[in-house]
Amino acid sequence: MSHWQTICEVDALQANSGVCALVEGQQVAVFYMPKSQSVFALHNYDPFAKANVLSRGIIGDLKGEPIVASPVYKQHFNLKTGCCLEDETVKIPAYSVRIDQSHVQINLDYD
Amino acid sequence: MNTPKKTLVVIGNGMVGHHFLTSLVNSPIKETYHIVTFCEEPRAAYDRVHLSAFFSGQTADDLSLVEPGFFEQHGITLHIGDKAAQINREEQTVLSDKGALIHYDTLVLATGSFPFVPPVPGHDRPECLVYRTIEDLEAIATVAQKSKVGVVVGGGLLGLEAAKALHDLGLKTHVVEFAPRLMAVQLDEAGGAMLRHKIEHLGVTVHTGKNTQLITDGEHCFNKMCFADGEELETDLILFSAGIRPRDDIARACGLEVGPRGGIVIDNQCKTSDANIYAIGECALWNGMIYGLVAPGYAMARTVVADLASQSAHFTGADMSTKLKLMGVDVASIGDAHAKSQGALTYTYQNGDLEVYKRIVVSADKKHLLGAVLVGDASGYSTLLQYCLNGIELPEHPDTLILPSRSDESGGLGPDALPLSAQICSCYDVSKGDICQAIEAGCSTVGDLKAGTKAGSGCGGCAALVKSVLNSELTKQGVTVNTDLCEHFAYTRQDLFTLIKVEKITTFDDLIEKHGHGLGCDICKPTVASILASNWNDFVLKPELAPLQDSNDAFLANIQKDGTYSVVPRIAGGEISPDMLITLGQVGKKYQLYTKITGGQRVDLFGARVEQLPLIWKDLIDAGFESGHAYGKSLRTVKSCVGSNWCRYGVDDSVGLAIELENRYKGLRSPHKIKFAVSGCTRECAEAQGKDVGIIATEHGWSLYVCGNGGMKPRHADLFATHLDKETLIKYIDRFLSFYIRTADRLQRTSVWMENMEGGLDYLKSVIIEDNLGLCEQLEAQMQHVVDTYQCEWKTTIEDESKLKRFKHFINSDQADDNIVFIEERGQLRPAETKVQKHFKLVEVA
Repeated sequence: MSHWQTICEVDALQANSGVCALVEGQQVAVFYMPKSQSVFALHNYDPFAKANVLSRGIIGDLKGEPIVASPVYKQHFNLKTGCCLEDETVKIPAYSVRIDQSHVQINLDYD
Repeated sequence: MNTPKKTLVVIGNGMVGHHFLTSLVNSPIKETYHIVTFCEEPRAAYDRVHLSAFFSGQTADDLSLVEPGFFEQHGITLHIGDKAAQINREEQTVLSDKGALIHYDTLVLATGSFPFVPPVPGHDRPECLVYRTIEDLEAIATVAQKSKVGVVVGGGLLGLEAAKALHDLGLKTHVVEFAPRLMAVQLDEAGGAMLRHKIEHLGVTVHTGKNTQLITDGEHCFNKMCFADGEELETDLILFSAGIRPRDDIARACGLEVGPRGGIVIDNQCKTSDANIYAIGECALWNGMIYGLVAPGYAMARTVVADLASQSAHFTGADMSTKLKLMGVDVASIGDAHAKSQGALTYTYQNGDLEVYKRIVVSADKKHLLGAVLVGDASGYSTLLQYCLNGIELPEHPDTLILPSRSDESGGLGPDALPLSAQICSCYDVSKGDICQAIEAGCSTVGDLKAGTKAGSGCGGCAALVKSVLNSELTKQGVTVNTDLCEHFAYTRQDLFTLIKVEKITTFDDLIEKHGHGLGCDICKPTVASILASNWNDFVLKPELAPLQDSNDAFLANIQKDGTYSVVPRIAGGEISPDMLITLGQVGKKYQLYTKITGGQRVDLFGARVEQLPLIWKDLIDAGFESGHAYGKSLRTVKSCVGSNWCRYGVDDSVGLAIELENRYKGLRSPHKIKFAVSGCTRECAEAQGKDVGIIATEHGWSLYVCGNGGMKPRHADLFATHLDKETLIKYIDRFLSFYIRTADRLQRTSVWMENMEGGLDYLKSVIIEDNLGLCEQLEAQMQHVVDTYQCEWKTTIEDESKLKRFKHFINSDQADDNIVFIEERGQLRPAETKVQKHFKLVEVA
């Protein structure tokens, strides 16, 4: 089953950076790379800092994989999978997200 | 075994005497001796080689060679400030000035030397001084205070060193030499002439071939020197540095054999004519030679320790090669510099434009290097010395060793060409083999090697060679030294700085497209953001710049562990009016912020949520505050003491200067944070000598210190320049900061930058003060641009609706982050210890 919901318009996103959206009580960090028109969504919670801050991290890539660096202790998380690069036992929820026309849509049923 | 201990007495606790003690206590035979040492001076051994550092702010403690607790720990009885006066060889006793009578089984004389003062009438006038002990230096400083002109008698190595000291003390300095050229022992005629030219260029007047006949009352100065050729020279201070004489009086008095021109005669085991008595260092005469350098003295000390331990050891002379920087001029002399050897051939290279002179002396068969003279460029010293000492066969055309390389070939002797036995550090007798062993045992930096082997910690002349051995060995071990910034840029920070500046690049996208690959990361993005800001000083939250900023810069505040921020408004120089202080209190109260005084004399307000930041800053800016840049790798604070306006000891207005400097450099982005302090007198209440830039007021103007640090690895700042007026001071700081910003690594504080700088403080001075790189104009322009384009980043932010969008926790809700929870402690709020992790559970990876 898929359940897409619109959370905001594209122009509410920050280019090459993240924002945080409140979706069904969950904090979702949405990252936007306009050049490749790609969007990624992770839970906003940084398990190392125990704080909701990942949307404020620097994004980029490491070895070709898109990543965000925690703004607190600088661990890297894969934007596609939520896996932590420094500690393979840590994985945070990654959500499906897409741009439909100008709507940013998310599907919280992550797998 | 219970044999009673024998007594070993060492007379003299100078550099060589102390080196003997440290070698002895590291040897098992120390157990057989009760050790007693006499030290005539009021303080134990200190570094005489770097004596002039005393004038650049180093204290007697800094110069000390004695590890804390050394004498106590090793049970050595130290008679300090007590001179050994008499030796009774029959009774085997030493009697001191203060009446101590010590029986010895073995006696070591390390009495050193005294400065030779020519017996010219007037040589004992009150302003006639010598340059040997810390007390001498104190006397020089005292006389210099009332002097305008100073003369050094003696143009040798020590004399030129002394001339530098007088020059640094602000005196109009002359050097008077009896011989027809400077450094006559080490340099040939052309080399001496080049050195003279360079030194005169620096403002020291050189007089050669001058025979002083009388010192008498001057007309404009305290004294007048009259020379044999009828000329006269007016001067206030006269410093004799005309060579040394061995202190052999105590040996002479007890009938030990001494040389016809002085010096206690020793054999290859450093034994005197009495088998129970050794002599080492500058008091000893070996094979008709007195060695006036520290390395041979150390070698003698080690020979005696080995001989006492019944190991076969011989002192068979020492290499007298030297390399030093005299008044910023590189000078080196190796082996047979005067080509006195039979059939010796010479090759000379002279560059009148760059003022470089090089000469090598080669054996008749052109196979071996016998000697060399280098003036103006001594970079080839290590290579040439190794050729000379290790008898390494020369290349087919020996002159390639001194001709400048016009292509990529280095011409130098790679460290791999050296045998393991090659001595790298002559001060501490460290061989290449010793260094390789230390590297195998895990040393991976020059600092490790210094600590582990002592190599390079004496005169420092071998530092470059130690580094090249290290790099070569590490490469062999497969350790590649990768200096790329990160996987996106195959460049160092310095490279990127140059690319950005030269190509006038203003965005990260432009830079990575032209010179990198991929998308970037949290290493290169903030680094580039900082370089862009240092160069162009654009608003850091411009849409194309904001995503590059590190955590704190991105929200112009300091992120705390729970995701809230702290706010630090600028309080320039730490001066704040009661009204402004009240405003801070009101803002803290209104937003329920935890309030703490910082180490930089300002106030930090903690616990601000991201959405509160613009509101807090609106209130602060309305009251007249501006951003404190506590979030940036940038100028933080200029700390100050209250200074001459209030303090009864204050010499100058430290607060006024601190405010001016803080306002000048505020907002300047740099490789790491920068801290300043200004003290109004030498009591140094602002702790300026622990800052990146420290300024201390003196009666003669401002003294500038650089590259100090507190924190994890404290570093005492280096005295950079003295007697500065404000204009010059600011010029130097402009250049210093711009040069640091250009050349430092990412996140490298000025202290570490300095530690890693080849050529160290002297090099930095040559760039900033003497403009050797011809960069100063550019460096000043770079800084002036930043000064002229300053803006308060918070003022710009709150005036622009579009910038405020980022300062919300949710884009689609006005709710606050419910995971931020405070509790109260000591009347203020702080983050709660355990927060309920209600948002999701970690997903374990199978």
